[in-house]
Amino acid sequence: MADRQSAILARRLVELLGEDAVLHRPEDVIVYEYDYGLDRAAPEAVAFPRTTAEVASIVKVARSLELPIVARGAGTGISGGAIPVQGGVVIALSRMNHILDVDPANRIAVVEPGVVNLNISKAVEPLGLFFAPDPSSQKASTIGGNVGNNAGGPHCLAHGTTTNHILGVELVLPSGSVVELGGISKDGPGYDLTGLVVGAEGTVGIVTRVTVQLMIEPPAVKTALAIFTSVEDASAAVSGIIGQGIIPSALELMDGLALRAIEAAFHAGYPPDAGAVLLVELDGLDESVTEQTQVVEKVCHDNHAVEIRVADTPEARAKLWAARKGAASAMGRIAPNYYLHDTVIARTRLPGVLADVIAIGERHNLPIANLFHAGDGNLHPMILFDVREQGVLGRVMQAGREILDASVAAGGTISGEHGIGMEKNQFMPKIFSEADLEVMARVRAAFDPTGLCNPGKVFPTPTSCHDTAIRPRAAVAPGHPELWI
Amino acid sequence: MSSLSILAGARDAPAEEDLLKCVHCGLCLDNCPTYLATGQETESPRGRLHLIQALGHGRIEATDAYASHIDRCLVCRACEAVCPSGVPFGRIMEAARADLSRRRQPAWTNRFVYWLLFKKLLPNRRRLRALSSTLRHYQTSGMQRMVRSSGLLRLLPTTVRQMERSMPALPTRYFEPQGSFLPAFGASRHRVAFFSGCIMPFAYGPVHEATIRVLRHNGCDVVVPRVQTCCGALNVHAGERTMARQMARRNIRAFLDLEIDAVIVNSAGCGSTLKEYSELLGADPLWHARAERFGAMVKDVSEFVAAQPFERNLGPVSRRVTFQESCHLVHAQRISAEPRTLLHAIPGLELVEMAHPENCCGSAGIYSFAQPKLSNQLLNTKMDDIEATGADVIVTANPGCMLQLQAGLERKGASGEVRHLIELLDASYEAGARGASGRRPTASR
Repeated sequence: MADRQSAILARRLVELLGEDAVLHRPEDVIVYEYDYGLDRAAPEAVAFPRTTAEVASIVKVARSLELPIVARGAGTGISGGAIPVQGGVVIALSRMNHILDVDPANRIAVVEPGVVNLNISKAVEPLGLFFAPDPSSQKASTIGGNVGNNAGGPHCLAHGTTTNHILGVELVLPSGSVVELGGISKDGPGYDLTGLVVGAEGTVGIVTRVTVQLMIEPPAVKTALAIFTSVEDASAAVSGIIGQGIIPSALELMDGLALRAIEAAFHAGYPPDAGAVLLVELDGLDESVTEQTQVVEKVCHDNHAVEIRVADTPEARAKLWAARKGAASAMGRIAPNYYLHDTVIARTRLPGVLADVIAIGERHNLPIANLFHAGDGNLHPMILFDVREQGVLGRVMQAGREILDASVAAGGTISGEHGIGMEKNQFMPKIFSEADLEVMARVRAAFDPTGLCNPGKVFPTPTSCHDTAIRPRAAVAPGHPELWI
Repeated sequence: MSSLSILAGARDAPAEEDLLKCVHCGLCLDNCPTYLATGQETESPRGRLHLIQALGHGRIEATDAYASHIDRCLVCRACEAVCPSGVPFGRIMEAARADLSRRRQPAWTNRFVYWLLFKKLLPNRRRLRALSSTLRHYQTSGMQRMVRSSGLLRLLPTTVRQMERSMPALPTRYFEPQGSFLPAFGASRHRVAFFSGCIMPFAYGPVHEATIRVLRHNGCDVVVPRVQTCCGALNVHAGERTMARQMARRNIRAFLDLEIDAVIVNSAGCGSTLKEYSELLGADPLWHARAERFGAMVKDVSEFVAAQPFERNLGPVSRRVTFQESCHLVHAQRISAEPRTLLHAIPGLELVEMAHPENCCGSAGIYSFAQPKLSNQLLNTKMDDIEATGADVIVTANPGCMLQLQAGLERKGASGEVRHLIELLDASYEAGARGASGRRPTASR
């Protein structure tokens, strides 16, 4: 029966879009079962629309067959947002990758959802403009995915996350009709539905066009690399810098374990034997940047920095940032598997929660590397392991839960920028009451009454309230019940 | 034991340790020419790794669809160069193709062509010479014009048409490795051996001569061993390893004990294969060690020359050029600055960078014949990027790229020419020497 439905689906999509815009064979759709996270589930079909009208038609086909739809950009997400956990149609927006319009005078660009984040900045660079949200995945991740997850990035400390830079979207509703939300100004009349769509993780419709706000490149930029012998000193320096009234454009912390992998991958001049480093970027007018750099240097020295290097050429800065942004992926050099977490705490609680994280790692005998957006208290502990070790997965999941608990206990929250997806939906009750969740569910239902638009995400699913430890995340390999890679 | 580790123990299948390095981050995607062209994860590095792994786990079968995704990979290795996790993609893909050719019997036509090409032609200089002479006769006798205008070609399969189309005008001079010794011009500082390869000596003999002159200008005594053979790159890329290993051993024997400072190669594809012989011969400890020693001696000519305080008696070459980075130079060998150092040193030469010089032109060994549709798509993008520079010379560093870009120019009906990097340097030395000899009489008076 299911097979027959899949066959009908494939046939109708091919009729609609043509043979080379649909994948439906098992050995094709299998590559749409993953993203950068840990969960796995394959769709029945993948469709590659080129226009909004095609997206709407695909949505209608899926709806008529009562199948789920899941939007996908580049599949660089970490919380399973693009994973079709209940099967259905993946709508891959990779071919809708055109920058439609750039209006330099008003600092606005209109782009299709499949445009790669970094390509926006590259396109407007000659105009002295840039698109501020800079998730570490920015050289691959798409603006549609950034909108879905309200993506962050190192420079969100000063500039805010994606939502602060999106003026409007065109949205294909789960019914197949098309709506225009927002416009060309920040504060339009009526409800801020653009703000609702940003961060909704694809549960209210499929974004098919995005109007983004661009920013003017600052006249001066300096990046300082401060080297410390311990994470404690480095995190004390973070509070010290902010305490001086300085808001750097980025303030990143990397611990010793992370540094080892980063340097092995990039040879960018990070000290592999240091305890921790801070990467501090300051931008603005020439004088203020110089002055602030001096203050930052002093604070770091006061907190026992052993060395401070300042990169002031674009090349030197680019090298440091390329390494920082590829850092998470570089962990593959020191461990076959890792679980990259994402929690937020108040900056002042950093030293305490970091100590908790270290203790959790020790308790479960798991190495944990840390590299994170220290300036806004956004932690990214990475639990390193080798899935071939028997029983390790249970310990990894337990350690992950304890990290979430430690963050929540410190007044923080369970996700900073990676989204909830199917990774953390069961933890939503840790931070939201039943009433909170219910109002969210009612809002979602206003857009998607049938619940077929990216189902199984964000909201806790009823089946597994007590069984969050090991969901069948796996593409199971013979002889390896736990093998997911 | 998982099926993957069983595979890893088997011959010529991707190693589990290599595959485990992929963390699925997707940072490779925007660097993959076939992903950029199709937008499909099935044509991306991450997707192909996932497919290879799924096949190893027995989750999918080696179907036509699977084979097409593996075959459509250019093995340009752009993904490998940007991978933070250090996935050795080229090694995995070559093993996956070897594995695939064992699992699936290709169509007899392909089997025949591959047998002819990989086993009978490439390793055999005599046969290659005979073929080249025949083809030259075809080109110069007027037969080519006749065939092309008659429409006969339309009756042939696309692969053959594509081959006919991209065949270069063959020069009248071949390059023959004859065990010659060519002394440095002036004082000798190095002794190097020159690797000739299979296609280059026939299609681009003058480039070889230019390379040897450039080396001699730079204090090199050059030896050209007679017994050397094709490097085996095309075999390895297609998954043919038996003959490739024989060729590797033969080349190692030819060069290893010559008491030389370096083995110089001017074809990026050969250079990367020669440098990686130790991977091809990894199963045999004795040959593995020899291959490692040999690989360390191999240098691309631009890498070797730019590393020296090279001869600066360079004359003007007033051309506007753009540089297409051969994949096996920039991605496989990570040589990118050196060619530009040499080009910048040439007086009067203006280097205009194209958008994405590091993206593959679609040549990729026999890819342009095997995957004409995608190859042409990539070539069109490349030619547009080149046209935007306004350059009249396209400079590159590999025979396949030269053939492909030449075909691109012809198809566009564009003027301009394709040159090997070393030809420009050679021309500059020649201009320098002319200038010097022109001035010398005045100076002596």
